[in-house]
Amino acid sequence: MNKATLLEWYRQMVLVRRFEQKCAELYQLGKIGGFLHLYIGQEAVAIGSIGARREQDHVITAYRDHAHALAVGTDPKFLMAELLGKATGVSKGKGGSMHFADVKRHFWGGYGIVGGHVPLGTGIALAEQYKGTDAVVLCYMGDGSTNIGYFHESLNMAGVWDLPIIYIIENNQYGMGTSVERASAVPDISTKALPYGMDPRKVDGMNVVEVYEATNAAIKAIHDGKGPQFLNVITYRFEGHSMGDPLRYRTKSEVEKWREDDPIGVLEREIYAKKAASKDKLEKIDEEVEKVIEEAVDFAEKSPFPSPEALFEDVYVEGQPA
Amino acid sequence: MALITMRQAITDALREEMRRDERVFIMGEEVGVWGGTYAVTRGFFDEFGAKRVRDTPISEMAIGGVSAGAAMNGLRPVAEFMTINFAFLALDQMINHAAKVHYMFGGQIKCPVVYRAVGGGGRQLGATHSHTPDAVFAHFPGLIVISPSTPYDAKGLLKSAIRSEDPVLFIEHHTLYQIRGEVPEGDYTVPIGVSNVRREGRDVTLIAYAQGAQVAMEAADQLAREGIEAEVIDLRSLRPLDMEPVLASFRKTFRAVIVEEGYRSYGVGAEIAARLQEEGFDYMDAPIKRVAQYEVPLPYSRELEQSALINKDRVITAVKEIL
Repeated sequence: MNKATLLEWYRQMVLVRRFEQKCAELYQLGKIGGFLHLYIGQEAVAIGSIGARREQDHVITAYRDHAHALAVGTDPKFLMAELLGKATGVSKGKGGSMHFADVKRHFWGGYGIVGGHVPLGTGIALAEQYKGTDAVVLCYMGDGSTNIGYFHESLNMAGVWDLPIIYIIENNQYGMGTSVERASAVPDISTKALPYGMDPRKVDGMNVVEVYEATNAAIKAIHDGKGPQFLNVITYRFEGHSMGDPLRYRTKSEVEKWREDDPIGVLEREIYAKKAASKDKLEKIDEEVEKVIEEAVDFAEKSPFPSPEALFEDVYVEGQPA
Repeated sequence: MALITMRQAITDALREEMRRDERVFIMGEEVGVWGGTYAVTRGFFDEFGAKRVRDTPISEMAIGGVSAGAAMNGLRPVAEFMTINFAFLALDQMINHAAKVHYMFGGQIKCPVVYRAVGGGGRQLGATHSHTPDAVFAHFPGLIVISPSTPYDAKGLLKSAIRSEDPVLFIEHHTLYQIRGEVPEGDYTVPIGVSNVRREGRDVTLIAYAQGAQVAMEAADQLAREGIEAEVIDLRSLRPLDMEPVLASFRKTFRAVIVEEGYRSYGVGAEIAARLQEEGFDYMDAPIKRVAQYEVPLPYSRELEQSALINKDRVITAVKEIL
């Protein structure tokens, strides 16, 4: 992996981390409403996999969607504005935290119904196959999604039709507060790919380079005619399921143990080992990111709320009927 | 003009749209090799091939969602639910996804999917296979809900649905498949969201759609023989709902009976009656009546099932109660 790429991933992962920390702060201040699901701890998954994506490839995910938007290159200021419910937000203030999207960058959004976006991603892949392109879909979901009907119907259909899609399980060990062992009859999520004719691959989700390589290999496998792909990416969320999670379902020592594998720390060690940058250089990146976040918050704060007329806009493409 | 069945009109609309636009394709259970369980897509598999006439597994959640995703990414899917009863399994895709993505993402995403589904009672299929749940789907903004009563409207409205930029649920009533009507050769469309006066009359307004419109027309014929002239308005689409012809008629007759095959409670009739009193209160000379399915799960036994459903006699009785 070349040094510039490692540093770019570092910048993106720190951007996600700082963005999420700022979100938590603004949520506590009451400036962000609704639900807020933070990605802290899982940064290597979105950054590494979207790092392997080509411009034509698509991204779709569930409600823990901030990192995916940042990874496809959406300006954080439009995301922060969305969180503050402003008209300048990516979804014009109508979506909120769970419903970021940036379609011109082929990011089709975050979706709030567990598993509900999995058939949508599968359909986006069907459209690419239909049009005869080489684009693929990166369809992310949590381990909890593998227990819902959508998962099984979609993977089966993708298998039957050989669709160009990579199902990326962000396996953070818990569906809300219920561990994989307590929710899934087979604790190894990888085995759930087998009935649908897919060859699963287990990936260390705390290591951005591994996630990148696995995704790259999956894209290549699709192009080699091997059909839909399945990545079981093992990761961990350091914070609760959402803000206000009492965290009764896991021990502090478990969290502390995972924090030793903080994906940003893992990458830092890799950067130093490869002599890709000095500590000063990384600190400089940290400062730059800090500035980007400050600017995003400033932009969001100064942006106007949606106008009253916006309420009735975009219910239908062809105008609001009676 | 040719005299063709509603089934043929729907088949013609699908075939013509598929020939016109490469992006249009069909997916659903038994739509391909079988030719459609109601024979609507017979011959399509041979003409258009497996790419554009896609047999799916029995997976309504995926049929609802995969078609929506394909629509978001530039195609024009016509997804068929073998019956509307099975569309319940896809309700989350239709309501929470197809009908929401345009608004929820600030106008970035369009979802021009068409869901076709046949529905209705009266064939001894028992409680789970006999629903007329149209009002359920029409409740939610973001989805268009169409249900035609004539072959002409079926063909013209289905073409409009396929060309629409918005998601559409197109509900076909199985008892209407054999109805014949005049349909012009070649291409035409019927605009979505325009109610139609199917019969003019001065004494009472019958408001209906789909199979209910058929029943209302039969009732109007019999009433005419007794000297009562009923005006029949066919809503054609439940969302958007065009109240103008309904109100215009009501301002003339001062009396209304709403005929629908679904349940009375929270139904189409409830909506129309509410709007009539809100917007036409000064013209109301009698209580607005609703003729609808009795509030029971539909039973299997033939006569028992029929007794729960609407018929022309019930409409005639309702009319006479308010004249």
